[in-house]
Amino acid sequence: MNTGSTTGDYQTAQTLETFGFLPKFTQDEVYDQIAYLIANGLTPAIEHTHPSQATDHYWTMWKLPMFGQQDMGVVAAEIDACHRAYPSDHVRLIGYDNYSQSQGVCFVVVEGRG
Amino acid sequence: MASKAYDAGVKEYRDMYWTPDYVPLDTDLLACFKCTGQPGVPKEEVAAAVAAESSTGTWSTVWSELLTDLEYYKGRAYRIEDVPGDSESFYAFVAYPIDLFEEGSIVNVLTSLVGNVFGFKALRHLRLEDIRFPIAYIKTCNGPPAGIQLERDRLSKYGRPMLGATIKPKLGLSAKNYGRAVYECLRGGLDMTKDDENVNSQPFMRWRDRFEFVGEAIQKAQQETGEKKGHYLNVTAATPEDMYERAEFAKEVGSPIIMHDFLTGGFTANTGLAKWCRKNGMLLHIHRAMHAVIDRHPKHGIHFRVLAKCLRLSGGDHLHTGTVVGKLEGDRASTLGFVDQLRESFVPEDRSRGIFFDQDWGSLPGVFAVASGGIHVWHMPALVTIFGDDSMLQFGGGTQGHPWGNAAGAAANRVALEASVKARNQGREIEKEARDILMEAARHSPELAIALETWKEIKFEFDTVDKLDVG
Repeated sequence: MNTGSTTGDYQTAQTLETFGFLPKFTQDEVYDQIAYLIANGLTPAIEHTHPSQATDHYWTMWKLPMFGQQDMGVVAAEIDACHRAYPSDHVRLIGYDNYSQSQGVCFVVVEGRG
Repeated sequence: MASKAYDAGVKEYRDMYWTPDYVPLDTDLLACFKCTGQPGVPKEEVAAAVAAESSTGTWSTVWSELLTDLEYYKGRAYRIEDVPGDSESFYAFVAYPIDLFEEGSIVNVLTSLVGNVFGFKALRHLRLEDIRFPIAYIKTCNGPPAGIQLERDRLSKYGRPMLGATIKPKLGLSAKNYGRAVYECLRGGLDMTKDDENVNSQPFMRWRDRFEFVGEAIQKAQQETGEKKGHYLNVTAATPEDMYERAEFAKEVGSPIIMHDFLTGGFTANTGLAKWCRKNGMLLHIHRAMHAVIDRHPKHGIHFRVLAKCLRLSGGDHLHTGTVVGKLEGDRASTLGFVDQLRESFVPEDRSRGIFFDQDWGSLPGVFAVASGGIHVWHMPALVTIFGDDSMLQFGGGTQGHPWGNAAGAAANRVALEASVKARNQGREIEKEARDILMEAARHSPELAIALETWKEIKFEFDTVDKLDVG
């Protein structure tokens, strides 16, 4: 997220692609995005990596994608579990779209301390 | 087959080319023309003349016709329909056998379908409204070098439209100052920037110098932001040799993408360049200079939906489609109709969106729709609704006209975009709630607050010249 000044001196910010320019999501806002992902038939998945490797295409998978998972609470609990196991790492939430073979959702939900 | 006697002279076109009982084959290429004949010429004769002149026919019978089987090769006018709300024009539907066209050559298809026939005296106006390409023909075309899915994977851009800007002023900057403008946009939060279409290699900024400085701008912005960046280096040139030389150098300086103007450059150049891009792992952005000359008159020329389909076959990863809401012409339903043709794998006939045929695209990759021209932050929620995620939203003046400069302008647009996507995903009606969503987002972004203030009064409200045909 950028912390732009009111004097017009724009500081370059390290951002993490989608939603990188918004304030950190609250727990409710994260739930909203999980609900969107599930409602659109996407498969939730979680990945993590050390901030120094955030630009790599491949992050480490946290378990397998949650195929068929309809319970938002389970997805949120896995995000927490991943963060507890790797507190220094960034954690991102992905929504796999098997029709387009792409990702309909992908954003960093927890920023690691590095 | 029984042999026929040669009967020299002039026959009426409809004797041979008007075949209302014909049932088109799955392999036929189908076309819909809007015809406006000279007074007194029967509709069937006009339709048959269009079919004849765009396929095998000429004005007179010739003896050598009898050496082949013209029944196999001829185009056929098979249906006539009224144009809703227009008594002087009508639609003529023509079926062409697939063997009339060279495989993988949009050049050949267009040379036949929109060739001499458009100057035909029996017609006052003629407009090619739509083409149904048979799947058998589509499979002979290379298509987009990468396509939507692969571009997203290469650049790690998911779950939102991409954000861009055309560098301004469009002409006159030195190469180093130009690279500065690019760097500022990219470090501020844009995914990509773009050469203006008429930036080629002028005396004030030769292409090689531009490419070098822009290459440095991309690399620096990537390192500093941690995000993937690009700039569409325009390789449109006077000759194919120059074009390829520039494309090779763009790859060398590390840009993931190059750019071409497909109508002024031509389909031969475009198809060749698209193949080069596929081979070299480069993305291809397509601009459409000259399109309004061809597509804006409601009764003459070629509808843009046809040009868009041709481009998907010839090859391109992005294509400009208009914005619906900005400074340039574009009816909403019609625009969404051809945006579907760029991105979907099957598009059903739908006259309310100007789509005359079912179109099966098979496995051809999709093309990002590019909305560019007179748009600013206030349009963001509408643009996200209209174009969806698989689009590139380009704010030129709307980025670089920010009171604090390009980087702050880029950040303002990025915040507005992400706030719109977030709200959409939360189930809010973002077009209706645009004001609330943007004002909320501006509370944590002074750049957006200033942008909203700067562009609050700008609107482009003129009626569309080329409307869909409705009664």
